[in-house]
Amino acid sequence: MKSVLQVDKLTKTFRGPAGEVRALTDVSFMVAAGQLVIVQGPSGCGKTTLLLSVGGLLEPDSGRVCVDAQEVHALSAEGRARLRAANIGFVFQQFHLVPYLSVRENILAAALGHASAVANDRASELMDRFGLRDRARHLPAELSTGERQRTALARALLNRPKLLLADEPTGNLDQENARRVWECVQSFAGEGGAVLVVTHDPPPAQNGHRVLRLNQGRLAL
Amino acid sequence: MSLLHLVLREIRYRRGNFALGVVAVAIAVGFLLGELAVLREHDVRTEQIIAAKEAQTHARMAALEDDYRKITLELGFNVLILPRDQNLNDLFAEDYASQTMPEEYVEKLAHSRVATIQHLLPSLQQKLKWPEFERTIILDGVRGEVPIANASAKRPLLEPVPEGTLVLGWELHRSLKLEVGDKIKLLGRPFTVGKLQPERGTKDDITVWINLREAQQLLGQLGRINGILALECVCAADSLPKVRSEIGAVLPDTQIIEFQSQTLARAEARQRAAAEARQAIANELENRAKLRQTRAEFASVAVPLATLVSAAWIGFLSFSNVRERRGEVAIFRALGVRSWQIIAVFLGRAVVMGLAGAALGCGACVLAGVAWHASAAHQAAAPVSFGPAMLLLIFSASPLLAVMASWLPTWWAAQRPVAEALSQT
Repeated sequence: MKSVLQVDKLTKTFRGPAGEVRALTDVSFMVAAGQLVIVQGPSGCGKTTLLLSVGGLLEPDSGRVCVDAQEVHALSAEGRARLRAANIGFVFQQFHLVPYLSVRENILAAALGHASAVANDRASELMDRFGLRDRARHLPAELSTGERQRTALARALLNRPKLLLADEPTGNLDQENARRVWECVQSFAGEGGAVLVVTHDPPPAQNGHRVLRLNQGRLAL
Repeated sequence: MSLLHLVLREIRYRRGNFALGVVAVAIAVGFLLGELAVLREHDVRTEQIIAAKEAQTHARMAALEDDYRKITLELGFNVLILPRDQNLNDLFAEDYASQTMPEEYVEKLAHSRVATIQHLLPSLQQKLKWPEFERTIILDGVRGEVPIANASAKRPLLEPVPEGTLVLGWELHRSLKLEVGDKIKLLGRPFTVGKLQPERGTKDDITVWINLREAQQLLGQLGRINGILALECVCAADSLPKVRSEIGAVLPDTQIIEFQSQTLARAEARQRAAAEARQAIANELENRAKLRQTRAEFASVAVPLATLVSAAWIGFLSFSNVRERRGEVAIFRALGVRSWQIIAVFLGRAVVMGLAGAALGCGACVLAGVAWHASAAHQAAAPVSFGPAMLLLIFSASPLLAVMASWLPTWWAAQRPVAEALSQT
């Protein structure tokens, strides 16, 4: 199976006035196309650090992250931005929608970094798929939390990324909305995408998915 | 979705911050245009004041010209009748005529019925050393005005000097400390000071006037004179050649020159008035130039200061905007939006802010100018207006100002660590 994400001996230490905090220590794993990998662990175990490092948003102290055979941290900042725009979709617990853009515009914001002639059609398709068609012109403030997260998910999938990174995507959702989000994520994996989800919530079903447990910055075997 | 669309959406969403920035730019533009308008109005007012003063001067000169013409008609010419063989060069060099002519010429002229002549004053003058006081003086023997035969009685212009008395010019009585009634000698003959002349600033100040008969005796020129002043000679043609020709017909053995004519004095006065008017205009121009310089100096401080304050205010607003949008920038970065695109979004906002501020500033200045122009006190002033070059300057400088003021916050936004911003929001 083709590897979309390859992480080797990733280490990250935060240095602050209170001293050093080792967030990740020699973390290694891979995610193949069509695979959904769930990273679980308690709060503060380094889940978000791992996700941001994998997405090229946080520089690790050592180790290697390869996405679609490109070593992320060997690229320039602009190169990493291009890689994210083309190959990586992000979903966050807080949604991070742009408050002054409508649902449609928020989804299309992903096309700013990766211009595409079919972006509008793709946005319409995703809105239909995630039940957002009627909300296309609404601002995030006018949406329910479930709709906001589905909008964020649609935005992450606009450019047909090879890797979807999700940070606690269901953390703020009720059971029903969490279920719908998981369905979407699983559907993406089912279509051949690689998914890395960090969460401390147990997934509703683990059919065919791999779970990695992170504890104090180390993957538990 | 384009970056411009994003910029415009954000502006609409955060109107308050944007509006404050627009007002800051408009204030800077308003200061610039206002100061330029004040300077322009100053120039217009200066032109109006100078034009009014010039018109006033022309009117005054025209009135003087008319006055001069009338006075000339009434006064006529003053002429000096000299012996034909008198060298004029010597006359002007020595201040008296060295040649003489018979005193009877004056009688002949008085009885000649020459219509142009109004007053006749014969005299015998000579520059000499006053031996008693070691002074160079002009001795002037006069007999007063010779009446014109068959002419209507007129008040004489000059009274005769009684025999045994003399009249002293200002410099002589001042320096010799002589008073009326003092007994003094002149060329060995005793005289009583009969009159003291006031200061004239001419050769009269060193002149001693005595009776013509006594002068002729003292100078050994009995029955002789060396000049006849014919005053206020009037002729219909108002021309000196006409006067000369009439007198010359009676006294062919003489020559006639125009002498200290009152008409000339009037003309000189007129020239002085014109010079004063020109000086007044020059003074006004100088005062207006000084005032303009003061205003320009004020503008040279006020406009940059207003621009600087506006820039600082825009910078503060931009920084506040950037802080508010940290999470937004972070998510754009996570979505793969390039740094230059993020910079373009913020600077694009600054450009729109600058353009809107320029439009607002220009519009407000035009309205204020129209209202000011319409007020009674400034109706003479020119309304605020600006040409294409000024508009181009304002509409390019204002966005530039906003961009420069927003540059640091924008750069800061683009450089912020994404992970940190995401975790904070």
